[in-house]
Amino acid sequence: MIDFELSENIVKSREMIHMVGEQLMRPISREYDEREHEKPTEFLETMWKLSAGSSFGSDREADKKAAASGPRESNLASCVSIEELSWGDAGLYLSIPNPGLGGAAVLAAGTAEQKQRFLAPFKDGAPKWGAMAITEPHCGSDSAALQTTAVRDGDDWVLNGTKIYCTSGLMAAEKSDGFVVVWATVDKSAGRAGIKSFVVAAHTPGMKVIKVENKMGIRASDTAMIVFEDCRIPLDNILGSAEVQTGNEGFKGAMATFDATRPLVAASALGIGRAALDFAREALERAGVKIRYGAAQSTLTALERDFMEIESDLQAARLLTWRAAWMMDRGKRNNLEASMAKAKAGLAVTRVTQKAVEFLGPLGYSRKLLLEKWMRDAKINDIFEGTQQINMLIVARRILGYSSKELS
Amino acid sequence: MFDLEMTEDQKLIHDTVASFAKGEIRPIARDCDESGEIPAGLAEKGFELGLVHSAIPEEQGGFGETRSAVTGAIVAEELGWGDLAIALHLLTPRLLVYPLLEAGTPPQIAQVLPPFALGHQVATAAVVEPRFDFDTTRFTTTAAAKDGGFVLNGAKCFVPLADESQTILVVAQLGDEPAAFLVPRRANGVVIGEREKNMGVKALATYEVGLENVVVPASARIGDAAAIARILNRSRIALGALALGMGRAAFDYARDYAKERKAFGVAIAQKQAIAFILAEMAIEIDASRLLLWEAAWMLDQGKEATRECVLAKRYASNACLKITDNAVQVLGGHGYVRDHPVELWLRNARGFTSFEGMAIV
Repeated sequence: MIDFELSENIVKSREMIHMVGEQLMRPISREYDEREHEKPTEFLETMWKLSAGSSFGSDREADKKAAASGPRESNLASCVSIEELSWGDAGLYLSIPNPGLGGAAVLAAGTAEQKQRFLAPFKDGAPKWGAMAITEPHCGSDSAALQTTAVRDGDDWVLNGTKIYCTSGLMAAEKSDGFVVVWATVDKSAGRAGIKSFVVAAHTPGMKVIKVENKMGIRASDTAMIVFEDCRIPLDNILGSAEVQTGNEGFKGAMATFDATRPLVAASALGIGRAALDFAREALERAGVKIRYGAAQSTLTALERDFMEIESDLQAARLLTWRAAWMMDRGKRNNLEASMAKAKAGLAVTRVTQKAVEFLGPLGYSRKLLLEKWMRDAKINDIFEGTQQINMLIVARRILGYSSKELS
Repeated sequence: MFDLEMTEDQKLIHDTVASFAKGEIRPIARDCDESGEIPAGLAEKGFELGLVHSAIPEEQGGFGETRSAVTGAIVAEELGWGDLAIALHLLTPRLLVYPLLEAGTPPQIAQVLPPFALGHQVATAAVVEPRFDFDTTRFTTTAAAKDGGFVLNGAKCFVPLADESQTILVVAQLGDEPAAFLVPRRANGVVIGEREKNMGVKALATYEVGLENVVVPASARIGDAAAIARILNRSRIALGALALGMGRAAFDYARDYAKERKAFGVAIAQKQAIAFILAEMAIEIDASRLLLWEAAWMLDQGKEATRECVLAKRYASNACLKITDNAVQVLGGHGYVRDHPVELWLRNARGFTSFEGMAIV
């Protein structure tokens, strides 16, 4: 039955996480934006204790099994939690110790044994981070063009190549006992079919962080460049089959990770957008400006029109995101819907935050308020985990029934 | 618990109305637009689908089904996909029936509704006024209390089927608040003007209606200001859902055309310039539907939802205008000629910012 009420469990956990955002994140938000490359150790320790063991993303087999036994809502719950954390601070949210996108890849493509081996250490001990390394200096959206190689040598895979823009890469590779999921080709002549993902444990010799990026926003989160030089990992650290299948199946499997992670990134965008929208609404109301929803067209001010437009854009993005997550929870394929949500949310949050800065005039531009920071933070959501344009391309292919060859 | 699955009943209603829209409405839409007429028998067929009497209580001869704004939005989307003018024509009885169900007293319901359960009856509502600054929070048509009844004065426009209707639901300003009244078509002072000539929805007969010292009894008043606010919210969902359906029609057509039409050796849909337009249409259609369903669901839950209804209608009608405009663009010159339906959808789409008061969900 069509129902927009969130379950009691989700509402309760949202309230709790909101308090985390309000009390632990907002007070240090500005500080760790300004002190880029420094880590809020106390906050990270607290979050590790609060959330140890929980992974974002979805275990496909568990989803399928659960869907058969009754409604499940772990993906939707993740989206709601992430929105709340990002309402607190998106950079700090990204820096929280957890398996991250690397964990999502393990859940989506790993065997039961691999899930246990790589994710169980996140249940206790010192804080750990997981990360995912796909992008290379010469290729981003075109992940099939990546040049990092994995060559089998006896009982090892040997990795060589350079990865950039790896979120939490520094923490995952060198500053904790986490892991990095690395995408590499086992057979360049096979094109997409040769691309596989590999789990590289932290501190593995041959893996080295050579740069941490200076960024426009999400500065509390480290974005690393990682070089792999004859980096040896065990044979059974490959996610999925080592066989190079003909056709696109193997690559599709790898890309399926994004069906799980795109709604989560969209959810983060929603949180930043809501922070900016709520702040702007309250500031305007204090100044005596109230948005009149039922008023006649001819009497609406430009500000009211803009406000209504960004407010409904953000809500549209939220519902598209929840739908994509809900479909995963129900074991339905959501490739189209995940890309719709990501494309919409990335664009919406960019516009919402830019408009909110505009609404507040010179106050909006000032670093005294967090609004300008939210605008800087927001833009990354239009870029990472698939730019708006690559997601539009996926949507277009799906609605037209075209392969990547037919529509490139 | 969050869920986007229709109930079995809703699926059945959806499928029935969708196949009616495809089989009975779409094939005649262009002819109706050109001739300005809708075949007499179509409204009867619509009635047989239960479009009107399913929500009428059993005591008045209907099926007594729960009226749901979500189900109403599902029905309106499918009819809007068929054709906007025909959809509005078929649903006009609801313009009287639904506000009565929403806010009528038992005697008013008992007096007015039974004929609507027996067969197709024409009825209408007069809400919109002919001025650029038309405002649903302050009508210029006035109602004044007099001798235990009311006297109505003013001008209305875009009143569907006013000339054939027996009863018109008139919304007017009563002091500080809007109020609704049942006005017999033949009452003294009711002046039905010439049939209007509109840019779109040309198959729908709409009229200006003048009210010159029209006297109605106290019992003619339906509900209070709060009821009218609820009725206006239902109208927003209805119009938004019709816009959504028409936008989807334009998207379907443009998508299929773009896959057929070749340029530079490939289908034009294989060019990103066209493919991205189509992708955006698909996203905005789904976004509109979700916003409308959420607002409709809030109405069904009895929650205050003016903000959500206003935003959902604005969103859906803006999306529809952009989608239909882009559909014409995808077809290029072929979109501009009347051999294809997309120009009709664009003409229709512009109306949603002018239409109000269509409480047909």
